[in-house]
Amino acid sequence: MSKYKVNLKINNIAISVDEGTTILDAARQLNFKIPTLCHHDDLCVAGNCRVCVVEQKGARLLPASCATPVSEGMEIQTNSLKVRQARKHIVELLLSEHNADCTKCFKNGSCELQEMSNDYRIGDHVFLDLVSEKDKVRDISSPSIEKDDSKCIRCQRCVRTCDNLQAVSALAVTHKGNKMRISTFLDKPMNDVVCTNCGQCINRCPTAALTERNYIDEVFDAIYDPNKFVVVQTAPATRVAIGEEFGMEPGSRVTGKMVTALRRLGFDKVLDTDFTADLTIMEEGTELLTRLKEALVDGKDVALPMLTSCSPGWIKFQEHLYPEYLDNLSTCKSPQQMFGPLAKTYYAEKINKSPADMVVVSIMPCTAKKFEAERPEMRGSGYKDVDFVLTTRELGRMIHQAGIDFEKLEDERYDSILGESTGAAVIFGATGGVMEAALRTAYELVTGREVPFTNLNIKPVRGMEGVKEASVKIKDVKPEWSFLEGVELNVAIAHGLSNAKILMDKVKSGEANYHFIEVMACPSGCIGGGGQPIPTNMEIRKKRAAGIYDEDEAMVIRKSHDNPEVAEIYKSFLHEPLGHKSHDLLHTHYTPRKRH
Amino acid sequence: MEKQIKKVDLIFGKVDYADILAKSLKRTRDEIILDVIDSGLRGRGGAGFPTGLKWKFAKNEEADQKYVICNADEGEPGTFKDREILTQVPEKVLAGMALCGYCIGASEGYIYLRGEYNFLLPSLYKQIDAFHKKLKELKFDFNIKICSGSGAYVCGEETALMESMEGRRGEPRNKPPFPTQQGYLGKPTSVNNVETLVFALMIGQEGPTKFKELGTFDSRGSKVFSVSGDTPTPGIYELELGMTLEQFVNEFGDGDTKAVQVGGASGFCVARKDFKSTLIGFEGIPTGGSMMLFNSSRSMFNILNDYLEFFEEESCGQCTPCRVGCQQLLKGIEAVKKGVKPPPYLEELQKLSDTMRIASKCGLGQSVPNPFNSIIKNFREEIIY
Repeated sequence: MSKYKVNLKINNIAISVDEGTTILDAARQLNFKIPTLCHHDDLCVAGNCRVCVVEQKGARLLPASCATPVSEGMEIQTNSLKVRQARKHIVELLLSEHNADCTKCFKNGSCELQEMSNDYRIGDHVFLDLVSEKDKVRDISSPSIEKDDSKCIRCQRCVRTCDNLQAVSALAVTHKGNKMRISTFLDKPMNDVVCTNCGQCINRCPTAALTERNYIDEVFDAIYDPNKFVVVQTAPATRVAIGEEFGMEPGSRVTGKMVTALRRLGFDKVLDTDFTADLTIMEEGTELLTRLKEALVDGKDVALPMLTSCSPGWIKFQEHLYPEYLDNLSTCKSPQQMFGPLAKTYYAEKINKSPADMVVVSIMPCTAKKFEAERPEMRGSGYKDVDFVLTTRELGRMIHQAGIDFEKLEDERYDSILGESTGAAVIFGATGGVMEAALRTAYELVTGREVPFTNLNIKPVRGMEGVKEASVKIKDVKPEWSFLEGVELNVAIAHGLSNAKILMDKVKSGEANYHFIEVMACPSGCIGGGGQPIPTNMEIRKKRAAGIYDEDEAMVIRKSHDNPEVAEIYKSFLHEPLGHKSHDLLHTHYTPRKRH
Repeated sequence: MEKQIKKVDLIFGKVDYADILAKSLKRTRDEIILDVIDSGLRGRGGAGFPTGLKWKFAKNEEADQKYVICNADEGEPGTFKDREILTQVPEKVLAGMALCGYCIGASEGYIYLRGEYNFLLPSLYKQIDAFHKKLKELKFDFNIKICSGSGAYVCGEETALMESMEGRRGEPRNKPPFPTQQGYLGKPTSVNNVETLVFALMIGQEGPTKFKELGTFDSRGSKVFSVSGDTPTPGIYELELGMTLEQFVNEFGDGDTKAVQVGGASGFCVARKDFKSTLIGFEGIPTGGSMMLFNSSRSMFNILNDYLEFFEEESCGQCTPCRVGCQQLLKGIEAVKKGVKPPPYLEELQKLSDTMRIASKCGLGQSVPNPFNSIIKNFREEIIY
């Protein structure tokens, strides 16, 4: 449909934009920056903070530019005296209900309210302080997310994130007027509600009202404890995002610098979650083929479609909202939680350390991984498998604290063993990546041939569409897989839990007939994870995804089953996928939870 | 010789509504809408939007469904006239809704009834049943339902009202789109005050002329007033528009009136010295009906304090100027009273209230400055000392 053009003037400059464009976007096209707080490119319009008000010639009121579409002949001033006074007042009002202990704040230097207050040179507060002592008591019940109401400016970005993007609505607006606040069902602690710990709210909170629980000091304590052997693992998505913490472009591939930085921080060994991502493919791929065999050959009532289990936010979502589908979830632990027990058994043995003296730290793009590490079932090694989980942001903070000039670091390589990985593992970081990695391996396992896609790039499962579907026809199979001859393997991929919900409702209604579904809780997959650098938007996530796929193409080995360390661990320790040892160390079970 | 206040009986008089509807249904929608425009009728809830225009906008929208909503969420402090209209002449309200439905092309109507008025439900349901039967006889397809409010003042704001009807928090929407474009359930909707709908019916009966002859150029017709406070004759009166506040006080005051709050808590406070020069109407000070008289025994600080406490609690809380502004105004006058802040702080607060007037999202925050600035201006010394 062709769009009508609307002519208007912004700060006396004429512009013609598509009908329906907001004043804010029209101003952006002219490179006028109008400050915003409640507005976020990923979210629906709210128009409630009013910081973005502008003056419209002939209008009594100052319209909110984020919420007002342009109209023909409109004349807008973005920085008139009236606008400046109103904006200043609004920032002052927000500060009056905000606990402005900036120097002590985790978001000091990266807080949007602080930046705005600085821009407008708000010195002495004119208005009375409205922060209550009660609000200063932080909710630290969740191992993933901290909620500090005294920092909240009620912009409702988190509420819209939790509802629009994630379909969870753990956070909602309660009460009205002076008592209006962002809270949970019946004001329960964050750990007792439907929250999936995805941390998407943190990525979009303009202040420090929502932050990750940080474990930086605990990790430094471990590093400097001479009796502890501290190993660190890094998730696929961190290596294309950590650079942003040092002002580098989103998507910058800084794997080698990150490894160097971790070594300089004092970790005893720098290992890679990508190794266990490859291992996940072996286990999960075998599990899928086993389920298919049981369904097609043995006629068993097997739970299909099989659902991926790498994303702990997605797991908790399922436990709360679709507990009747827990059997469909792959029993594979996430790569992080496969790494933990292997580090404290297989690896500990190899390096001759007692697991009691080992500390496993993970660097994750994720806040839900913090919760996952705390699950009681994650003690396959006999110890807590993963001791501390840090977000990409926390690692950035540690590197800053240690005075390491990240950009200037030389590249170093991961330690071996548990450091070798393939291109199939790194693409776990982007939506569709687990599916692609699984198909690369499963197809070859069954047919003896590589997947029929140019350069192994399975394009139909890539990209930012919310729900993706693909079918792979399996032909000319090896004799032992004859039951799969001619089978059309139907797969689907969702990222962002609202898309996962769409997919699950299709499965539930029987409308869809999939064999295998990949879900990542976060928009765009782990590259858009709740622990990734702030800000986030589609453009940034696309750049990170491009970094991920470049990383894949740059790898010598690009299929999980070709990873020599994976072959070795099956030979000398695990013996076979889904074997007895795997069962003990690499697989898990799930717990139905209530909606509230 | 001063003009006497003229009492009018358009609202509460009994009429043969079925006859009015029957005759109206024989006319074209445009004819009736033109009559309503011509009459000069403006919304009686307080905002005063021309009713005929609203109907015209809603009529001109193309949609498979449209809605008529009767706003009976009468929440403005000091206003109690809609309750009386719904008690005395509910059939006229229903007929006004049907007339609106006919004009804009809606087959469904809702009464959004203030939660505290739920005691009216049994009688209203009875009236609606009888009304539906009458419509059947007239072969006019229009169905009326009632939606009960839950006690939030802000739900009287038409977009918050529709949010509430749709089952969400009562929070005003961004405008545009306006309700006549995308209202209840996203469909074109005309939201009209109880009293407005009855006047529209009366214009349907008698044509625009009789109504137009009453009142002044900008404030045609008559209006139902809720008179309260320091008056020997509190109650509900339908009066011709265009009187001065002096005339009003002469009629209703107790001889010692020092101020009148015109238009409820969100209206303006007029001091004695301005009674003569203040016209009640859209040229002067408009009102949704509330007239609160205060005599010299009243503390204006307490009055303003009460109003601000009300707004602090009844702001929906979504937009910054209203949510935080109301708290600052309230705490601010308390601080000045206690000497924590110096008297010039009142000027800072007045500047703040100017921001609230132009930057708040809806009429609630935009009108808190009305009582604030008018009381501070007229009774500054009572606030400070």
